[in-house]
Amino acid sequence: MTSPRTSEKAPITTPRAVSEVPLPPSEERTWRRRHVLDLDDFSADEIELVLETTTAMKEVLSRDVPRAPALRGTTIVTLFYEASTRTRASFELAGKVLGADVINLTSSGSSVEKGESLIDTVRTLQALGAQILVMRHAMSGAPYLAAEHTDARVINAGDGWHAHPTQGLLDLYTLRSRIGDLRGKRIVIVGDIAHSRVARSDIWGLSKLGAEIVVCAPPTLLPAGLGKPHEQDAMPNVTVETDLDKAVCGADAVMTLRLQQERMSGGLLPSLREYSRLYQVNEERMSRANPGAPVLHPGPMNEGVEISAALAHGASSMIEEQVQNGVAVRMALLYLMRGSK
Amino acid sequence: MTAEDLRRATVRIAHEILEAHKGSRDLVLLGMHTRGVPLARRLAAAIEQIEGEAVPVGALDIGLYRDDLSTRGTSVQLAPGELPQDISGKRLVLVDDVLFTGRSVRAALDAIIDIGRPQRIQLAVLIDRGHRELPIRPDYVGKNVPTARGDDVRVRLSETDGRDEVAIVPQDNLNGPSREGEE
Repeated sequence: MTSPRTSEKAPITTPRAVSEVPLPPSEERTWRRRHVLDLDDFSADEIELVLETTTAMKEVLSRDVPRAPALRGTTIVTLFYEASTRTRASFELAGKVLGADVINLTSSGSSVEKGESLIDTVRTLQALGAQILVMRHAMSGAPYLAAEHTDARVINAGDGWHAHPTQGLLDLYTLRSRIGDLRGKRIVIVGDIAHSRVARSDIWGLSKLGAEIVVCAPPTLLPAGLGKPHEQDAMPNVTVETDLDKAVCGADAVMTLRLQQERMSGGLLPSLREYSRLYQVNEERMSRANPGAPVLHPGPMNEGVEISAALAHGASSMIEEQVQNGVAVRMALLYLMRGSK
Repeated sequence: MTAEDLRRATVRIAHEILEAHKGSRDLVLLGMHTRGVPLARRLAAAIEQIEGEAVPVGALDIGLYRDDLSTRGTSVQLAPGELPQDISGKRLVLVDDVLFTGRSVRAALDAIIDIGRPQRIQLAVLIDRGHRELPIRPDYVGKNVPTARGDDVRVRLSETDGRDEVAIVPQDNLNGPSREGEE
């Protein structure tokens, strides 16, 4: 935040006059974190460091041959106990752009099917030379357990309902690229908050950067403790608004979430149609937000349920940018973690 | 080295660059983070005064190309690269404050070659303190300074440190954080 280049958002390849080349930061910040498990213990400075490093990684990705040798000789294992397209692909791509060796494991087809425990799997991977372990698991807290039993660095790529820190960071980067500094901005998070690890990590990240967070969902899809900052284990302070039309009024950005039908035990919603009638983010509702307010969605989308197809593919949608920024954010984290002892 | 020495050295290097290249055509100055960037800007300003023509300046962070990433204690902040334009076919002058082992320059050369294919790459440094570990030599030098390997050469520039100064701190007087351009 102290760096003069924080506000620097122009494309890297734009021609610049001599006087416009930004001054380098006079003090170098360093990274001392072993694992990335959630954003709740990140400082604003650490988030800032990741986002600035991400900008440098975007430059690498924009080259004709997007390659840099920073992680040559590093072995990264992605260990996914749950389905994923974009997170796993972008971690793999991020590692490969930086010259790392990436091994992908899923629970099907590995010894997990033979009943190997998480701890044994993690120890085996360490014995094989894995230095960075990227892990997704259906149980909240599984990456914390893994981190306790390995010398490798662990990145949480989503654990149950709990956290998805790399998605949180890429959402912050994407938001900032469109609406600038997030301090005091009204960011609305709509949808299935209760089952969403993305929402939890977004809330932590946004609150660290000083945004004003409004959470909107039917009461059955709101986690207990949200909006009650004095309770134990509470999330950061947010405003809860169950009426979407009121929530989007004056919003600077709207973040939609996937309705996670696979995690629902039933009885939470009267019907899908009622949900989409009351909580679908569409162009008509976005007209109440501030002009130019972007719409984000972590994917995969249920088009026509939580977001209308026209909006998802319209000008205010940043969904593709989110995917592209995801690679750069993950490159930044891998780079920072490889260098820290 | 005082602020006045520093200014004279900059202007002299600017003249030398122009002499060697017979003008400023196709010239690009690329400063290495951190202190090479303001130095490159000063050189560009001097060249503009002499020739009346602006020279593009870029900034290069070699963080991704270091050979000591895994042995350093911490990751260093990576500054976004700022390239003035397509560098292919240009005459590129790499600018840094202190030339020591040559490893940073090696990393910078790798970085530049990954970005484009300049017609020629030259090296300008404010201080050459010796102790090279690689076959690299500068084309333009502000001052040759004999040092012991453990000495600390501290370059301060008004843009980054509030004042212009170069000081050599002998090994036995070292206290406080290292300010060397290279390890």
